[in-house]
Amino acid sequence: MSKDIRIKKGLNINLVGAAEQTTSKAVLSNVYALNLEDFHGITPKMMVKEGAEVKAGEALFYNKNREGMLFVSPVSGELVEIERGARRRILTLKILADKDQETLEHAVPDLEKASIPAIKQFLLKGGCWPFIKQRPYDIIADPDSTPKAIFISGTNTAPLSADLDYVLKGKEKELQAAINALSKMTPGKVHISIGRSSSSPFAELKGVELHKVSGPHPSGLVGTQINKIDPINKGEIVWTVSAQDLVIIGELLLTGKFNGERIVALVGSSVKQPRYYTTKIGTEISTFLYASGVNNENFRVINGDVLTGKKSSQDGHLGYYNNTVSCIPEGDDYELFGWNKPVFNKISATRAMTFSWLQPNKKYDLNTNTNGEHRAFVVTGMYEKVFPLDIYPMQLLKACMVKDLDEMEQLGLYEVAPEDFSLTEFICVSKQPHQKIIREGLDLLHKEIG
Amino acid sequence: MSDKRLTFKKRLHILKHRYRDKKMAPAFNAFHTFLFSPDETTHNGSHVRAVDDLKRTMNTVIMALVPVLIFSMFNAGYQHYSAINGFPQEFSVTEHFLTWDNFWIGVVKVLPLLVISYGVGLLVEFIFAVIKGHEVEEGYLVTGMLVPLIVPIDTPLWMLAVAVVFGVVIGKEVFGGTGMNILNPALTIRAFLFFAYPTWMSGDKVWVHGARERADQIAEGATNVDAISGETVLGFLAQNKGAEMSYSTWDAFWGFIPGSVGETPTFLILLGGLFLIFSKIASWRIMLSAVLGSLFMGLIFNQVVEMGWITETSKFYGLMSYEFWKHLLVGGLAFGIVYMATDPVTGAQTNRGKWIYGFLIGFMSVMIRVFNPAYPEGVFLAILLMNVFAPTIDHYVVRGNIKRRMKRLKNAVVLPKDSDQEAKELKAETV
Repeated sequence: MSKDIRIKKGLNINLVGAAEQTTSKAVLSNVYALNLEDFHGITPKMMVKEGAEVKAGEALFYNKNREGMLFVSPVSGELVEIERGARRRILTLKILADKDQETLEHAVPDLEKASIPAIKQFLLKGGCWPFIKQRPYDIIADPDSTPKAIFISGTNTAPLSADLDYVLKGKEKELQAAINALSKMTPGKVHISIGRSSSSPFAELKGVELHKVSGPHPSGLVGTQINKIDPINKGEIVWTVSAQDLVIIGELLLTGKFNGERIVALVGSSVKQPRYYTTKIGTEISTFLYASGVNNENFRVINGDVLTGKKSSQDGHLGYYNNTVSCIPEGDDYELFGWNKPVFNKISATRAMTFSWLQPNKKYDLNTNTNGEHRAFVVTGMYEKVFPLDIYPMQLLKACMVKDLDEMEQLGLYEVAPEDFSLTEFICVSKQPHQKIIREGLDLLHKEIG
Repeated sequence: MSDKRLTFKKRLHILKHRYRDKKMAPAFNAFHTFLFSPDETTHNGSHVRAVDDLKRTMNTVIMALVPVLIFSMFNAGYQHYSAINGFPQEFSVTEHFLTWDNFWIGVVKVLPLLVISYGVGLLVEFIFAVIKGHEVEEGYLVTGMLVPLIVPIDTPLWMLAVAVVFGVVIGKEVFGGTGMNILNPALTIRAFLFFAYPTWMSGDKVWVHGARERADQIAEGATNVDAISGETVLGFLAQNKGAEMSYSTWDAFWGFIPGSVGETPTFLILLGGLFLIFSKIASWRIMLSAVLGSLFMGLIFNQVVEMGWITETSKFYGLMSYEFWKHLLVGGLAFGIVYMATDPVTGAQTNRGKWIYGFLIGFMSVMIRVFNPAYPEGVFLAILLMNVFAPTIDHYVVRGNIKRRMKRLKNAVVLPKDSDQEAKELKAETV
């Protein structure tokens, strides 16, 4: 039985610069880069040396803690640089792309007959395993575990994020292949949530449990959907895959080739013509950024949406998991009496001389200013208004800050990922870094309890 | 570029960098961020932030208090002159209340209280910020405004200064500053004054400017002055002298009665409360449940009188027979509910906890008010008591959530990991 999910608590952040629904092909990038920060908790062990030639889909490194989990190159070319940081930690791998692209081809197993280990092995070898994430801990899934269910969000509600109905159009075949493989790996169901009135390609898929969600952000976050459909208990594992990554998994299963191509939404008020581009994982962002034109000099490039993305730069590269690149003005300027004057051009969760409640549908041009200084938690009861999970957000944050493992466990840390706290962070009067606190809490719990 | 061409903003920016990592940086930043909201930007996490910060939140509460402060300045004079000359027969607001004479008494008596409260309190805050090397926090902005409004008008300034130092240091800073305190700092200051200097805080000679001074003069043998008294409504009732009282219910509602400096104007407090609820700064749950709690306790007392369980000879008769809803109009109940009980730091923090917390504040306030033999008021004691119990209330509310999670755990689907053999095969094949 599918279940309809209605979210009441939440907040839609309407921003200027939503992508127009036209797609163009981005020019090919010279250098592609993998940012190792994207793979949280992975200790990389290089498999090729600097200067080596690799094909697209060929392994660059594997996970030291789980041999066999391979991370592959999105393009064929020469590994020109292994950028290292403090204590020789690998930060970035840079690949100079060949003119003629060659892709490594794997023998495709027959999905109908193949055993579960064989499918897992195929995904591990093919470089698609890192797309499968698990909760608790919000990390790349452990291939030796069996999830109780798999969750996929088929709708984006984050501000300015890519419209999944649009970017997944025509990919039904790949999606179905990926779903078929994934559903074999769990004794439970594959839950997919789509918007109430959407023409999602997921609607036609077989072998899935379809849910319709409605309501403000964070109704599109997979964490919200898990909490409403089948919340995670201690000891349980669920897997999540982001919808666009299913296409890459599906293509590998159909053709035996790793194809890191995806449609990326370039959005934000600093972009002249926000629109979609077809490009590849790891591409230089500049290959499509300037095709759309920029409005000002001093802006921030974000890999992902404005609530959860990672800070990048104009000469940065597209992240491994991102299908949105947001550009918004930097807010590194002072504002005279910014704390007490009436405010009409910024979003507020209160009505304390702030007037965004008068025009709920107005689109705002927000910058990266914190609008205030960091303080201890003071105000109560605000987070609950935008946090639909059956969890006490402030109490959980405080438990993470004081590193109380019992309390973290009891208050539901197993159920959440940092992104679930992006809205509470947005409205936080005390300007606390909620997502960082949760990330550190999850890492600690993972380390101590495993 | 010469210095003259630099804008004010630029110059402050340069100064900020010059002060960075210096001892006085917090003090400089406090003034700087008062003028300009900072140029700080977000890091990873949420790249955009809502406009609300702690300064704006506190400022909203102060705005809700300004009408009360202005009223109290006029009322200080009105009570003073009325005590000397008698209350006007046909009262008119413009003729008898909003006069320069009245206002002048307010300027002379109320403003110094405000100045001392802010001056001493902020000085302590600055000293602690500089010593501990953290930013000056905004908590005292509201406390500093509340303090002069909840003390008797003739409170000596040195006494107030001592109490403020005690309240800020013991009530707040020892716990770690704004956001960490257990007791409401303004009420800690009030409680300190009440227990350290009881003669200045209770009786019928402290609520009207000049009453105490004249009483002292008369005691010393002066014959050219008349004694004036300013008994509060609750004072009359506690002595079973309700019939002698000249104040009407409307007087109590508008606030033309004696009492602590700013506790009387129920109407303006009501407006302030509605403004705070509308602006989503204060919790309507606490306010509503506190009102319900006080009405409930009042009804119980009324019922006790109705049943004939106590008679007019009882010393509690006056207060117990007072109509239940009028409790909200007199004393500091309304003020306490709107501005003190709703303090988010010291109050209950969960929504369900707020209902319980508020209800008990209302309930206890009326109970203490009626039964307190020495001093017929209990709001500040009730709120301080509930401040102490707020974490307990929250604890049990949060336990409910944890219990729900534990119950779910019984049906958990914990699946075994792949057997070692299978895992090994997987590894062997993929490396």
